[in-house]
Amino acid sequence: MQELDTVGQGSVRVTRKSDKLVILEKDLATEQMVLAMGPQHPSTHGVLKLECLTDGEVITEAIPCLGYLHRCFEKCCENVDYPAIVPYTDRLDYLSGMNSEFAYAMAVEKLLDLEIPRRVEFIRVLVAELNRIASHLVAIGTYGIDLGAFTPFLFCFRDREIILGLLEWASGARMLYNYIWIGGLANDVPTDFSKRVREFVNYFRPKTVELQNLLTGNEIFLKRTYGIGIMPAEVAINYGWSGPMRRGSGVKWDLRRNDPYSIYPELDFNVAVPDGKNSVIGDCLSRHLVRALEMEESLKIIEQCLDKMPSSEGFNSRSAIPKRIRPKAGEVYSRAENPRGELGFYIESDGKSTKPVRCKARSSCFVNLSAMKDLSKGQLIPDLVAIIGSIDIVLGEVDR
Amino acid sequence: MGNSLNAWSEALVGFHLLGLPLGLIILAAIPLVFIALYSLTYGVYGERKISAFMQDRLGPMEVGKWGILQTIADILKLIQKEDILPTSADRFLFVIGPGILFVGSFMAYAVLPFSPAFIGASLNVGLYYAIGIVAIEVVGILAAGWGSNNKWSLYGAVRSVAQIVSYEIPAALALLCGAMMAGTLDMQQINVLQSGSYGFAHFYLFHSPIAWLPFLIYFIASLAEVNRAPFDIPEAESELVAGYFTEYSGMKFAVIFLAEYGSMFMVSAIISVVFLGGWNSPLPNLGSLALNTWTNGPVWGAFWMIMKGFFFIFVQMWLRWTLPRLRVDQLMYLCWKVLTPFAFVSFVLTAIWEIYLP
Repeated sequence: MQELDTVGQGSVRVTRKSDKLVILEKDLATEQMVLAMGPQHPSTHGVLKLECLTDGEVITEAIPCLGYLHRCFEKCCENVDYPAIVPYTDRLDYLSGMNSEFAYAMAVEKLLDLEIPRRVEFIRVLVAELNRIASHLVAIGTYGIDLGAFTPFLFCFRDREIILGLLEWASGARMLYNYIWIGGLANDVPTDFSKRVREFVNYFRPKTVELQNLLTGNEIFLKRTYGIGIMPAEVAINYGWSGPMRRGSGVKWDLRRNDPYSIYPELDFNVAVPDGKNSVIGDCLSRHLVRALEMEESLKIIEQCLDKMPSSEGFNSRSAIPKRIRPKAGEVYSRAENPRGELGFYIESDGKSTKPVRCKARSSCFVNLSAMKDLSKGQLIPDLVAIIGSIDIVLGEVDR
Repeated sequence: MGNSLNAWSEALVGFHLLGLPLGLIILAAIPLVFIALYSLTYGVYGERKISAFMQDRLGPMEVGKWGILQTIADILKLIQKEDILPTSADRFLFVIGPGILFVGSFMAYAVLPFSPAFIGASLNVGLYYAIGIVAIEVVGILAAGWGSNNKWSLYGAVRSVAQIVSYEIPAALALLCGAMMAGTLDMQQINVLQSGSYGFAHFYLFHSPIAWLPFLIYFIASLAEVNRAPFDIPEAESELVAGYFTEYSGMKFAVIFLAEYGSMFMVSAIISVVFLGGWNSPLPNLGSLALNTWTNGPVWGAFWMIMKGFFFIFVQMWLRWTLPRLRVDQLMYLCWKVLTPFAFVSFVLTAIWEIYLP
């Protein structure tokens, strides 16, 4: 990316030629304008505020202002028992509650050194992957809206509705599940759950193709995303990017493979990275493609879970749940691959209390968003919207 | 039927009051009133239903059967709304903006031939007038955007001005191809020249082997002129909140909305007049089955004209709910480097065709 000469001489006029910025006019006496994008802006995915310094349509600097959705998650956790934190974790990344619960439950189980029944593990992975698809559907759908295509969004929500219905059937709630408990599950999945999930998988496979035809099959969509917001792999790693963002930059990094947990080592799936044929590695389109590919990988995982899952005979989903959770003094950091990246929980126990002394959540969205300043430099306003959309933030997790 | 209608209108034209041709004004206002009703009720309702159909949902279903009264309920709501004037807005520009926008979009209706017996003003430069009068909208948009004293509005207004002014060039060139084929700028005359017993075969779209090119260019450019997707960057809701009408609410918003739907029908009508025969029936005479003769006439003419307009509005909505939005620079690229050169090419080719291959 070409450096913009914004100091001293007022400003420069730039335009974009393929993926390079070309300076048209120098020393044109124009003024820079501060543009507050958000927190009520339609495409900042919630209550993100971006303070942009703009020169015409070109953004010279964009600084994210956070905290509009801050709910003192970490302080709250210090005041409630371990099991009571589970509902709070739902509210971190409210689009993938199951994954957050999963990550938190694993952290406390690691602290307690608990042995988890095998069927519980399978159900956890099953619901987590279902939720991953639901979350990616929202990401892809809202990305369409960011670029002006409204219809894919409703197609995504139509399919997401089925997943929410399935998860509601299992847990009783549509988004804030409180289903994965420490050491077990709130309850076993319903009797016909596997059958319905299989029906969904068969229904959804062709729909992913349809969705891709609608978006990546569209010339305008490709023009809007190809080569926009390129993040080189090393910079992505330095920023601590994780999840689809890091994979979009071409790094084959997936905690389900690189730091395996639960039953993931037994399952056969690929880590989706862009091949660079259709997109520039690290651009918005790559990140979009990674999400699209991941949905298919999740479908694979779901099918394998259904095949390998132990039967429900004599199964009690709460059998391994401790009566009272009071871990030994110590600390633990456990992480899991969420739809948006690495969600880690650092929990410290003093050995006396039933409440954690410290519970810190490492948010993937927050870390991914931190690169905003680098990504947005010299971009046009529509590209800024495309970049924010490709980061796929959930402000509930950014602000915690 | 045609004769009686003509006689009726002749009588009305003769009606003068205090030296003003009041009858003429009333006569010219009738299509405007009709279109105003159409564009608010059926345009908005149609858009919502068509988008719902494309997006696998039902759309408005509550008010009336199939939600058919939904738009009327919406209008009533908008009328009741408080008329908010932002404190920092430029009062004069803020108020006059929607007015200019509305006037600009509806003044072009004066020269639209709705039927062989019905045209608001049969100007001999009707096509030029229609091309030119659209430019007034730019003034309204700029007034609304600047007067709002809002950065997003300003962005929307500036984008819109750049867009409409640029796209007028390919649009006008494409329409001039139609004018060359007809040899006249009179809208009514252009329609008359496209009538014949073979129906659609007489339309200028099939007049020469390259007539589809100006047709296509005008259609694309007209989308940009009326700020429809994929060229809706002046109001790009995901980028500029709502563009130049971010600050508008209540009836002023409704007026902007009305102007938008009015413009949509206007460009659809112009493209059908110039390339698709306007009020001419597309059905050909098949021997003793004189479909063309049967389906032509003043009332049938209005029917065909409105159906053709509806068809293009449907295509506009279809595109809107399918395509993402272009970026500002891509939009300008498309205009100056693709559409304008091709418009010139089609202009020259049409001229050659008209002179050497009659």
